Parts: sequence; C-alpha cells; structure tokens
Amino acid sequence: MRMGIKPQLGTLALLSLVAPLLLSQDLKSFEAKTTTKVLANGLTLIVCERPDAPVFSYATYVDAGDVNDPSGESGLAHMFEHLAFKGTSEVGTTDYPVEKVALAKVEVANDAYEMEFRKRVGQDPAKLATLKKAVTEAQVEAQKYVIPNQFTEIADRNGAVGLNAQTGLDNTIYYWSMPENRLELWAYLESGRLADVVPREFYKERDVVMEERRMRTDSNPIGRLVEQLAATAFVAHNYGRSGVGWPSELSQITATEAMAFHQKYYIGSNIVVAVVGDVRAAEAMPLLEKYFSKVPGGSKPEEMTTVEPKQFAEKTVVIREATQPFFIEGYHRGDYMDKDNSVYDAIADILSNGHVSRLYRSLVRDRQIAAVAQGFSGFPGSKYPGLFAVYAVPVPGHTPEEMREAIHAEIEKLKTQDVTVAELAMFKTRARAGLLHGLADNQGLANQLSEYQSRYGDWRELFRELDRIDAVTAADIRRVANQTFLASNRTSASIEFESPNTGGQKPAAAPNGGAR
Amino acid sequence: MTQLLLAATLLSVGSHSAVAQQEKPWDKIPVPPLREFKPQIPKRIVLKNGIVIFLQEDHELPFVSGYVLIPGGSRDEDPAKVGLVDLYGEAWRNSGTEKLDGDAMDDLLEAKASSINTGGSDDSTYLSWDSLKGDSDQVFGLAMDLLLHPKFRPEKLQLAQKQEATSISRRNDAAAGIAAREGGRLVYGTTSPYGREPELASIGAVSVKDLEDWHAETIGGKLVFAVGGDFDPVAMEAKLRAVLEPLPAVKANAPRHESFSSPKQGIYFIDKEDVNQSNVAIVGLGTDRHNPDMATLVVMNEIFGGGFGSRLFQKIRTEMGLAYAVGGSYGLTWDHPGLFRIALSTKSASTVAATKAALAEVDKLRTTPFTEVELKRAKEQILNSFLFRYDTRDKVLNARVQLEFYGYPENYLELYKAGIEKVTLADLERVAKQYVDPAKLDVLVVGNAKEIQPGLDAVGLGAPKAIDITIPMPRGAGGPNAQ
Repeated sequence: MRMGIKPQLGTLALLSLVAPLLLSQDLKSFEAKTTTKVLANGLTLIVCERPDAPVFSYATYVDAGDVNDPSGESGLAHMFEHLAFKGTSEVGTTDYPVEKVALAKVEVANDAYEMEFRKRVGQDPAKLATLKKAVTEAQVEAQKYVIPNQFTEIADRNGAVGLNAQTGLDNTIYYWSMPENRLELWAYLESGRLADVVPREFYKERDVVMEERRMRTDSNPIGRLVEQLAATAFVAHNYGRSGVGWPSELSQITATEAMAFHQKYYIGSNIVVAVVGDVRAAEAMPLLEKYFSKVPGGSKPEEMTTVEPKQFAEKTVVIREATQPFFIEGYHRGDYMDKDNSVYDAIADILSNGHVSRLYRSLVRDRQIAAVAQGFSGFPGSKYPGLFAVYAVPVPGHTPEEMREAIHAEIEKLKTQDVTVAELAMFKTRARAGLLHGLADNQGLANQLSEYQSRYGDWRELFRELDRIDAVTAADIRRVANQTFLASNRTSASIEFESPNTGGQKPAAAPNGGAR
Repeated sequence: MTQLLLAATLLSVGSHSAVAQQEKPWDKIPVPPLREFKPQIPKRIVLKNGIVIFLQEDHELPFVSGYVLIPGGSRDEDPAKVGLVDLYGEAWRNSGTEKLDGDAMDDLLEAKASSINTGGSDDSTYLSWDSLKGDSDQVFGLAMDLLLHPKFRPEKLQLAQKQEATSISRRNDAAAGIAAREGGRLVYGTTSPYGREPELASIGAVSVKDLEDWHAETIGGKLVFAVGGDFDPVAMEAKLRAVLEPLPAVKANAPRHESFSSPKQGIYFIDKEDVNQSNVAIVGLGTDRHNPDMATLVVMNEIFGGGFGSRLFQKIRTEMGLAYAVGGSYGLTWDHPGLFRIALSTKSASTVAATKAALAEVDKLRTTPFTEVELKRAKEQILNSFLFRYDTRDKVLNARVQLEFYGYPENYLELYKAGIEKVTLADLERVAKQYVDPAKLDVLVVGNAKEIQPGLDAVGLGAPKAIDITIPMPRGAGGPNAQ
C-alpha cells in the first residue's frame, strides 16, 4: 500500500461528439508545449510550459518502490525516501569529510550490535548493552556535524509548498512547487539528493518510520486489515509484503542497506523528472541537464523473476475485534500493461463511480445495507499483476456476510448480462472529462507526465489511453468478468465486531441500529 | 537580498557558525527577480437585493463550475437535532426538485460527466455545479431549480440518517479521529455549538419538515455566488440576474453572542486497547482573524509548529525520533476563536516523554527568546510562498468569496502580507507572553493503558481523568456495536 495513497486514473470516462475532438486538440497543444530529453546517464527530463502564474511544480518519479526491497529488508525503499530529505555532502553538514568518517563508525558499531542481537544461542546481555552503548556514542559523535533539516529549510525559505514524497510498492515520487525564479536552486537541491545523498541521522529516522507504521497500520483497523488482505492474497510475489515493512525487518534496516538500494535503483535510466509551469524549455533544458547529469548512469536494474502463481483456492481472513465491521475482497488481475487494463477501468467505473453506479444503487440506495460500496484496481500496486478489489462499509446492524452476498450478486450480473449502452457511454464520457480536469494543475500534470513517461516510455500515453478506453465493449466486460470473478481467484478479508468482554465466545452482535 | 538572508540564517541553525559563515554552494545560485504577475481579479456584482456574485473567466479548459455559499450551519442547529445540517446537505441534492427527483438528476448529470452537489459545515451550507461548457446552460438551470425549488423526500432523509448513523457508530474506531474530536470538545465544551456531536437520538429527531424549514430560513440569507470557467461574462451575468434579481432582499446575518473560555490545565485519558501508539492532543483556545496580532501569531506558528524546520518538528521528530506526525498552531479562524492545538502520535512507551517534550516547547515560547534567525526564516517561508495563495484563478475566486462571506476587506491579502513583513522580535515576545499560557491548556491522550509506562501521572498534571466516549443508544434501539 502506498504511504500516502494516490489512486491511479481511477475515475475515467464520453459520449458526445465534442469530447474526442477536444482531446486530440489537447494532445497537439501539449506536444507544442512539452519537451522531453534523455540525458547521457539515461535520466529523462520533461518540461511542460504553462506560463499563467510565475510558479512551477515538479515530480521526480523513481521506478523503484518497496516491491524491490530485498528479502529481510521490507520497508527499505520507503526508508530511503526518508533519507533523501537529510541532505547531501554539501547540504546539512558542517564538515562532510569528518562526518563521513563518523558515519562509517556508526555502521561498524551497529553491525557489531546487530550480530550479537540476532544470536539465537549464547547472546550475552552484558555484551549487548556495551555494543548498544557504542552505537549510541558513535551516533552522538556523527550528530555533531549535522545541520538538522537544512535541505527542507532551504526549500521552505525559498517558497516551496506541498513539499513531500510518497513511496508505494511500485515507485517513489518526490515533489513540490516553487516560484519560477528558484528553478536553478531547485535543480541544485533535487539533483543533489538524487546523486549525492548522505545517510545521516538514519537510525533516528528509522524510529520515526516505525511510528509511521504504528500510525498507518498497527493502530488503524483498516490498515491492519489491508495488510492482512495483501499478505494472504499473494503467496510468492512481493505484493504480499508489508510496504512500510514488517516491524522486525524495518527495525533492523541499516544505512548501509539503504545506500545499497540507492546505488542500485537511483540511476538515470530509472528516473524521470517532470517540471510543469512558468518554465521555458529552451532556457531550462540546458540548466537542468547540467545539474541532473550528476546522477549516476547505468542500465536499468534487472527485473524480478517472481510471477505470482495462479490462485486455485479461495482464501478468507477474519479479524475479530472491538471494531465496527468491514468487508473487502480481491481478485487477481493482470498488470497495467495487460490488454484488458481499460476493461477493468470500465468495470470499476460502472460498479463504483457516483450515485448512478451499480454498487451504490444496490447496496447503499435500495437495500440500505452499506454506507459505501466500491470496486477499484491497483491494490496493492499495478506495475505487476495485482488485485481488483471491492469493499463495502456496513450500516449499523448489517454484517460483512451481507456485504459479500450483495457484492457477489452485482458481480454475477456483470458475468451474465451485458452492461447497458448508456453505462458504457457514461464510462467513456467521464474518462475524458476526468483527464481534461487533470490538465489544469501544475503538480497533477507533473505527476502524470512523469508516471506515463516512466511506465510507457512516452508521456503521450496519458492521452492515448483514451483510445483503449473507447475500444472497450460490453462483450469485453462480460469476458473479463467471467475470467476474473471466480471463487478460486478470490481472497476476502473482513472485520467482525467482537466485544472485548466476550473473550471470543460470542459472535458479533448485529442489533438494529440507526435512526428511523 | 535573499542571498543575504540565506547566509544569515545559517548562523543559527548549525552549532558551528564559523563554518556556516562561508558562502555555501546554494548561496551562489542566482535568484533573478520574479516575473511580474497580476492575478486576475474576479468581477464582483452586487444585486439590489443584496446577493453578491463573483465571475472569474478562465478559458484554458472547456468547463464551467460554480457554487453558492449560504450563511447558517451546524452551529445554528437546534441542540436537540444536532446533525440536521449534515442530513440536510445529503438529502437536499439526493431528493432533487419537484420536476426531477435526485435519482433522475443523477442519471442525467453523470451521463454528461457533470455534477451538482450540496453540503454543509459549521457556519454555512452550499450548492455547487460543474459541467462541460456545452452542457453548462442546462446544468446551471438544474442547479438553480434545486436551489430555489427543492423537494425534500422522506426516503432520502432516511438514507442520509442511515449514513450518518454509520459514521456515528464508527467514530471511535480510529484513535487519531477520537483525539481530534475530543480535544476540540475539551476546549469548547460538549454542548457548545462547536463541540457537540450528532448522536443517534438527535439525528433520529430530524424530520422532512425540519429540512424544509431550515431551507426556507437560510435561503433568505446573504447568498454569495461564484462562477468560474469557460463562459461569456456578459451572458453569464444576465443569466444570474434573471434568476436571482426577483428574489427578496437578503436578511443580514444576525450578530453572534457566544462566549468562550479556556481549559484549566487538566490531563484526560481515553483507553483504546487495540493500539500501540498514543495520540496526544494539547489543546486550548485560539483566536480569529480580526485579531490585530494575527500577523505575529502567524509568524509564531511558523516558528513553533509550521514545518520541517519548526521547533516542534525539530525537537520531537528529528532530534528525539519520537513521532512521525507532530505539529501545532495557535488557531486562527474567520469568525470565532479557533483552537490552539498541538497533536502528535508516539509509541505507547514514549507517551510521557513526548508529551513532556511538547509541553516544554509550549513553555519555551515564553521563556526561550525568539532569534533573529528564526524570525527571518519564518518570514521568508511565508512571504516567498505567498504567491501560492493566488497562483490560479480558482484560488483567487475562492479567496474573494471567503472574504465577502466573512465580511473582511477585499485587500485583506495585501494587508496580511504587509503585516507579516512588519513583525519584529519584540512583537513575537509580547504576543507569546500574551496568548500562550500553559495553565490554560488541557492534555488529552488516546492510547493503550496497558502499554503506557510510565503512567500519565508522570506528566505532572495530576491524575488523568477518564473521558467516556461510549456512543449513547437511543431508547428502544439496539444501537451499533458500541465499544
């Protein structure tokens, strides 16, 4: 799951004769104002000119996420993302050469501590305490040379807004917006941290990320549930692993491991940087090239061998606790390159989008058993084959079992009857409108251009995707529904309310609640 | 000038000022003057009946959207019917009009990728619309019909009640939500218009007649319309005038008579067995934006809890590693005192340490002098990013609507900016002493009692008082699965 979830173009949608025309105009006008350049190191730069206000937004899209974490190191890609805010050999230090030596000593001390800590036989508590103390002392020494948060401070003082980053299983994205006269300063900062990150304050930051895990997952009922759903649905692929990291692994990630991840994945061919706003490509490109050429080159890292094997047994997870009931289920589907990708978009739209959607009308409006009911793709990721998921939030007095049955009834209809002409047309209309709406925002555009460039090798796919959407037929939807929505391809997860006092004796009560 | 400030800033941040005084690589990067930019100001039209309209042309994309803000919100509800405005916001659009019920409206609009929405907040309700340019006349017509001729239907009220009951029954599931809600209630009081919560009984008491009465009452208030997008302004003005000019003169907003008092330094606890992290809220009364010290308070907030460089973040996250989420500010709202609120979440075992560290930072606002470097950094942060308050036509439009709605001068942003520029260290010191008082702050912890060691007594504010957040069941109903 993405730390800071961002759904992919989920609400796509056209019908009228006006819209296709608009879109082809849009692609042309975007081609006129968008410049792409691949540097010698393999890094791709995109500049899109939108000179209304004197500002720009950028997105750096790194084609590596927690799915790439080595075995035993879940959470590493996200941990590295946090490190990327700690500065460089120039930013955030009072004396880098000396700091570098001190940081190396932290690693040596930490390795010795971990060696003892992991001993299964003959661990010596006194030795462990001594080694722990040595780690702390080495950290204190290294800390002397740190100027905390200087990297973000320079950005903030120069007017950066929306400064943040997100790590998902599939990718890592860094982004902010700034006044246009800070373009070179930004290029200095961003290229610096991509090329020259320094693993300072790593172990305190690891504690911070442990808190992030506690917040998003451990102490959040839905967070706990979706972690279990993914872990149950995938037996071989890394999509089954906690993205933020299993506590035992996250708590033992080292700076050395984070830097190895950086060396392998933060290379030019794995990175797209998009800048959108009041920037002129003719002037900006040479400047950006100067800075971003510092990023190391190299060919794309090897692809993983693992392909999730076909599921043949239905799987179910039930969490019984004093939390209100919830139901979600997922079916394996292909990745974003799958020829039926747009068919899944159509199914998600027809099932879920707005008050005309089938799940809303059935579960929410007519039967009044759910407050929300929706289906979506891309869980827990979409770069590799993931799940098409459907969830429902029961209203008081209704159970996950009722959600399951009601959802299955709707899914069954998709398998046995064609969707209507009006439904299909509505999906296509809304896809176009959704794309158009997204073109009016610098940050949103930077994110989308960098993502499509990285995923398809050409940002124009953002517009061409609509051709694939237009090609979806009612027969496609029936075919894909029949091949996907099988019990043997399903994993469901639910929360059943259980009073803390019943000690597991009594099933969740389902009294009639609500107001009449 | 900026480069000078940058160099000066470095002095304080690092402990090794001798090194910091050297010119850093980023100081050498030129920052050319910003391209001159005059945001497009929307046209303001005042009708004879007092309705105000703002028109903001934007021809980049073929959409037209708009909304109307209607004074009166949940703070004005009958205390026996708390939740009425939530239900009204849901049921209004879903019910539709006499001519076209909500479901038929859904079919019509969604096929065009258009939308009409309604909703409410504590001080207002709204109706909004959005469509492709080609459909804009029809969608505008529907929106105005819904505004002036709604037909509230019992089945849509009932649907809204079920939805509201669902959110009531789930409000104790996530710890962060509990801390945010109950923190506010500690300050405002559980029965105040700003602290009370919808309950199953109070939403059950709302009838269709209540929704009709609410609509009839509020629709006569001072409406503010905003329309933006790809339209011809002369034609759009004519259309709005044709619909709105026949309406009677608007009623002025009644003056509010509300009293607020600060907490008295208690510590409160809510036990939650399924968490391994405590949500800590430190809460007190804030102020509103009419406050003459607003600019200084904004600068103080930036230094105190604004971002990566703030005192709270630097101390509790970066230095101590005790929290992922930590922040705080002396709240400034438009027309009533906001909350002074610090929020953080930390593992159960470090609850006391993190709480004490946050309280110490509150105390330091009064005891540790603000530095020239902190002041400069905060000002630069606010002023250099000021542009982002008006870098899109939508933002300019929304800002104008807000100022109109709350009765602020239209040059408010300029005044605000000028105010920030003038803030001095002496201002900061005076304001911190005047507004920040640890004796007027409550501490609330939502966490797992079994894991919190040492116990909350160690915070030093006495024994924690438990807050009961059990969801009250209406008589005769089984209610949701209460915890």
